[in-house]
Amino acid sequence: MKTTLHRRDVVEALLKDRKGLLVVAGLGSTAWDITAAGDTPLNFPLWGGMGNAAMIGLGLALAQPRRRVLVITGDGEMLMGLGSLATIGVQKPRNLAVVVIDNERYGETGMQRTHTSAGVDLAAVAKACGFRATRQVRSRAQLGALRSAALSLPGPVFAQVKVIAEKLPLVLPPRDGGLLKSRFRKALLGEAADLD
Amino acid sequence: MKRIDPHPWPEQIYKTLKDAGVRQVGYVPDAGHKRLIELCIADKEMRAVVLSTEEEGIGLAAGAWLGGVRGALLMQSSGVGNCINHLGTVRECRFPLLMLITMRGQKGEFNPWQVPMGQATPGVLEAMGVVVHEANAAEEIAPTVDAAARLAFGSYQAVAVLISQAVIGIKSFQDQSSR
Repeated sequence: MKTTLHRRDVVEALLKDRKGLLVVAGLGSTAWDITAAGDTPLNFPLWGGMGNAAMIGLGLALAQPRRRVLVITGDGEMLMGLGSLATIGVQKPRNLAVVVIDNERYGETGMQRTHTSAGVDLAAVAKACGFRATRQVRSRAQLGALRSAALSLPGPVFAQVKVIAEKLPLVLPPRDGGLLKSRFRKALLGEAADLD
Repeated sequence: MKRIDPHPWPEQIYKTLKDAGVRQVGYVPDAGHKRLIELCIADKEMRAVVLSTEEEGIGLAAGAWLGGVRGALLMQSSGVGNCINHLGTVRECRFPLLMLITMRGQKGEFNPWQVPMGQATPGVLEAMGVVVHEANAAEEIAPTVDAAARLAFGSYQAVAVLISQAVIGIKSFQDQSSR
């Protein structure tokens, strides 16, 4: 079945009325997607470090077990850090969800095909690694269930969301890494963040 | 007769990490870190996270710091090469990072495949902006780790402690596999 989903609609559906949700986004399109949904200090969009978004999410989820942590990343980024799915599957944080926005392309470098275009099933990998809930999503009718899985099912949760490959206008977050880190910590930890 | 180690440095590192407030420890196992890993796993206040590759530990420690928790990362020198690109993230974001690295390819190495990365380790770390502290004797290790932790968390630096192969003292494949 071909997907009918647009990536920005998926991310918007995940992040609307997000309350205290902590969000880490992989570099490139997913960083622009979370920014298009509304930049906030509790977003940590990556501009580099390809392959490590899910691990940043794990470190954060273990540090903040009472907060929900959502990693939103691309298929190319997730493929580069496939081992992190095994690491997360072993730790089993109940408050972590990883959502891969899968357009089957390397979007920033000329839309070259990724492994998922040849059928590599990331949700099956996550399931085999011990994620508690995994799914593939391809239609608008599944978005409500995706949102409740990502935001409230006991984790680790993994979703591979097939989206239409499309080039969209860039919506850029701040790119100063020190600023992104400091504003996140201050919003999460309060003034104490600056005293540690 | 069992020898009594006059410098139980893994225990001393563990105590130093506790005193520094470290609560997440990512690791890729190394024979030289065996005892320290066991101590971290046994500690209910610490979360020991086994990694599939060393660069995962850079992300783990960054995420921990975003969440207000101090982390440390244990690895062998061969793992340093896996971390390089992610050390760029650490530098750009000024994340504190404490890496404890047991050295191979150094003094008395018996496996030639360990030598290139072992010899390049200090240069590679320094090229990525990591401050390198070397501990060449057992009694130097704990104070060096203590200083490294203060520099990492007090001054928001990436700091690596290189624990010399001379201290670890593995001299053959047989010796390594018997530990």
